[in-house]
Amino acid sequence: MRYLYIAFTIIIFISGCSPTVSPVDDGLEKQIFHFGNGSEPQGIDPHIVTGVPEHHILISLCEGLTSPGPRGGKSLPGAAESWDISEDGTVYTFYLQKNGKWSNGDSLTSEDFVWSWKRLLTPSLGAQYSDMLYTVKGASDFHNGLTENFNDVGIEVIDDYTFKVYLNNPTPYFLGLLSHYSTWPVHKETVLKHGAIDDRNGQWTRPGNFVCNGPFNLKSWELNSRIIVEKNPLYWDANVVKLNEIRYYPVSNVMTEDRMFRAGQLHNTYTIPSQKCPVYIEAKNKDLKIDPYMGTYFYRLNTNDPVLKDPRVRKALAYSINRKQLVEKVTKCGQLPAYSFTPPGSAGYQPDTSIPFDPELARQLLAEAGYGPGSEFPKLEILFNTNEDHRKIALAIQQMWQQNLGVDIVLVNQDWKVYLNREMIGDYQVSRAGWIGDYEDPNTFLDLLRPNRGNNKTGWENLEYDRLIEQANTVKDQSERHNLLRKAENILIDEMPIIPLYTYVRSYQLSSDVKGYYPNYLDSHHPKYIYLERD
Amino acid sequence: MLRVFISRMLMAIPVLLAVATMTFFLIKLAPGGPFDAEKAVSPQVLKNLNAAYNLDASEWEQYTDYMSGILKGDFGPSFKYPGRSVTEMIGVGLPITFELAFYAILIALVIGVFSGVLAALNRNTLLDFIPMAIAMIGICVPTFLMGPLLVLIFGIQLEWLPVAGWGQLAGDKILPSVTLGFAYAAYIARLSRGGMLEVLNQDFIRTARAKGLTEPMVVIKHAMQGGLIPVVSFLGPAVAGLLAGSFVVETIFQIPGLGRFYVEAALNRDYTMILGTTIFFSAMIVFFNLLSDLAALWLNPRSRDV
Repeated sequence: MRYLYIAFTIIIFISGCSPTVSPVDDGLEKQIFHFGNGSEPQGIDPHIVTGVPEHHILISLCEGLTSPGPRGGKSLPGAAESWDISEDGTVYTFYLQKNGKWSNGDSLTSEDFVWSWKRLLTPSLGAQYSDMLYTVKGASDFHNGLTENFNDVGIEVIDDYTFKVYLNNPTPYFLGLLSHYSTWPVHKETVLKHGAIDDRNGQWTRPGNFVCNGPFNLKSWELNSRIIVEKNPLYWDANVVKLNEIRYYPVSNVMTEDRMFRAGQLHNTYTIPSQKCPVYIEAKNKDLKIDPYMGTYFYRLNTNDPVLKDPRVRKALAYSINRKQLVEKVTKCGQLPAYSFTPPGSAGYQPDTSIPFDPELARQLLAEAGYGPGSEFPKLEILFNTNEDHRKIALAIQQMWQQNLGVDIVLVNQDWKVYLNREMIGDYQVSRAGWIGDYEDPNTFLDLLRPNRGNNKTGWENLEYDRLIEQANTVKDQSERHNLLRKAENILIDEMPIIPLYTYVRSYQLSSDVKGYYPNYLDSHHPKYIYLERD
Repeated sequence: MLRVFISRMLMAIPVLLAVATMTFFLIKLAPGGPFDAEKAVSPQVLKNLNAAYNLDASEWEQYTDYMSGILKGDFGPSFKYPGRSVTEMIGVGLPITFELAFYAILIALVIGVFSGVLAALNRNTLLDFIPMAIAMIGICVPTFLMGPLLVLIFGIQLEWLPVAGWGQLAGDKILPSVTLGFAYAAYIARLSRGGMLEVLNQDFIRTARAKGLTEPMVVIKHAMQGGLIPVVSFLGPAVAGLLAGSFVVETIFQIPGLGRFYVEAALNRDYTMILGTTIFFSAMIVFFNLLSDLAALWLNPRSRDV
């Protein structure tokens, strides 16, 4: 035993003892933000990647025409210093920053945007977010191969620093779309130096090759270990930027991330282990943040299923769920019960739907649908991807449906890709789902359930719903538009192809030394406003 | 020995070919594809993506393309990480996993052999029971418990060592190496105790002692050579197991090794990455088994000249 102890002590001393200053304290002095970023990004090509960790990195490296404000809300100038919108809301004229530069010193011009959008819409690139530009005239046709001439797409260059964009309809959220990384510019010469316009595997995103126009430059990238970005002195608004470096750590294990935060290796965490959330709330952990988030957790119902095709059955299922109990006793991390599909308050939109918790009414609806005494309701299956939190929720719903409706429920968990595949081909009855808004507008939710949308997956088609959303897209007046969307959402909740359960929150830990990091609905934190200062 | 070596090397070729072929067709059978995501991809985009990665060709065509690529040392591009080739990713992860495995096996050997020999020499005394009890704990406690436990004590409570990372902060390699090494140390301790006990009762040990050799000489020069053969035989599969099974420790300690790529590739349906890492790990297992067999042959004088 003695020897073991000696051996262990020697190992510790040989390897250089303990660090004296934690990375967080060291970072405070040098303005280096140690950022817990969830998982290894797929890449940093804004036209190819999808996902939140990628967004966190890209927002420091590149910039679109508009940029999100530190507290959300209205879009602020980005690569464009200002813009005009035509009377009918369909023509946008953008005026680029005169001192806008790429990180290699080249000027950022209108042509850069034209070329970048052409790249995003080039079919053979296989960009997954190309539909972000479908509001632009001719963009959808070009992307779907109906025209090969990019001049048919509604972008017109006026001069080096001015260009016009023609939209199909007045789209009030268009400026918000431009804060999404898929619409950001890439440096033509750099991309073409390392591959063709549609090359997904080009090496232009590597450190040393990468050129973009954001407040930070790519310094190094150690795969699965960390990505370091450093302040870009050529950025047009460089005076505002206070951080010198951001180090992104792809910590996919939430427990490891939590330990790293506690040990002073990270300034923030991407999320928190769900089982720790109530503990931290109870302990009044001052680093715990629970912010509103534009996302809804819901159950999809397969309306092609012989049992679930009856809206009365779907409503009975929805009315027999106690959402308040679900968020207070099961999820326990500040989530809000959802009584609409769109999170309330997104871009000023307030849904006026309600979903009562009324087991009596639910049983009555079920009886009307032919499942009363003597006619037993067949077994129902809830599909979810393997995850302890989804299981807990499914267990609670199973119990509520069994208790309130006497329905027998089977829980089926599947590996992520199998679950996605079964949802896609409609091989399910009830399936757990979540949706996070891509931009701050109710359309990002309501568009999902229009017929023929790939993400509908419920088989539900309602032409009136589709017409109302289509009509809302042509209206410029915001309150009139919201009225139309509210009408559509009422149809949705009345037909209930999906059962909203709760509105997401963003729960994470943030060191009190981090300033300029404000809660906002899209969880978009522009690093140019962030700095470190001892609390 | 040379004959053994050559015949085993020749046997490895059909083994690896079978592994590659079976993996290739098995992953295609698994439901879900590399481009399935919560935000569904439109049919048009999916078509473009399949074309970009040659997934629209027939299975046979894809197979022959892939196999001819391997012969040229090209494992193809990763589907999950555009712009990265599988060869590059293995190249990045492998040295780290190797380093981790090296430290772990070193710790395992030092602790394992030492306590095993100590226990064998002091059979049925406290010096036997205590190390063997610890070894039993080491075998029973999984790394996913041992790792966080060590982190909690040495990282968070005592603040002596970093809790995660690899080569970024001073001392960040200690806890993962100890965690991974400890589990193997336990096996090695039991094996070396067993091996030593068997050898210590043999006639040639008695002869050595009768000749008046000192006890350390008897143990180190004569007993250990035979007594540690089980440990050497165990080392081959252990090193291969360490390489392929370092996933848990790599995840707990945020180490950018190959183990994480391997498991995540399967979850992501990153076809080329699954194939690349599977073939690579198979080759490693074949190679280290061969190496340990050769070492055991060499250590055993009766089979040395075969």
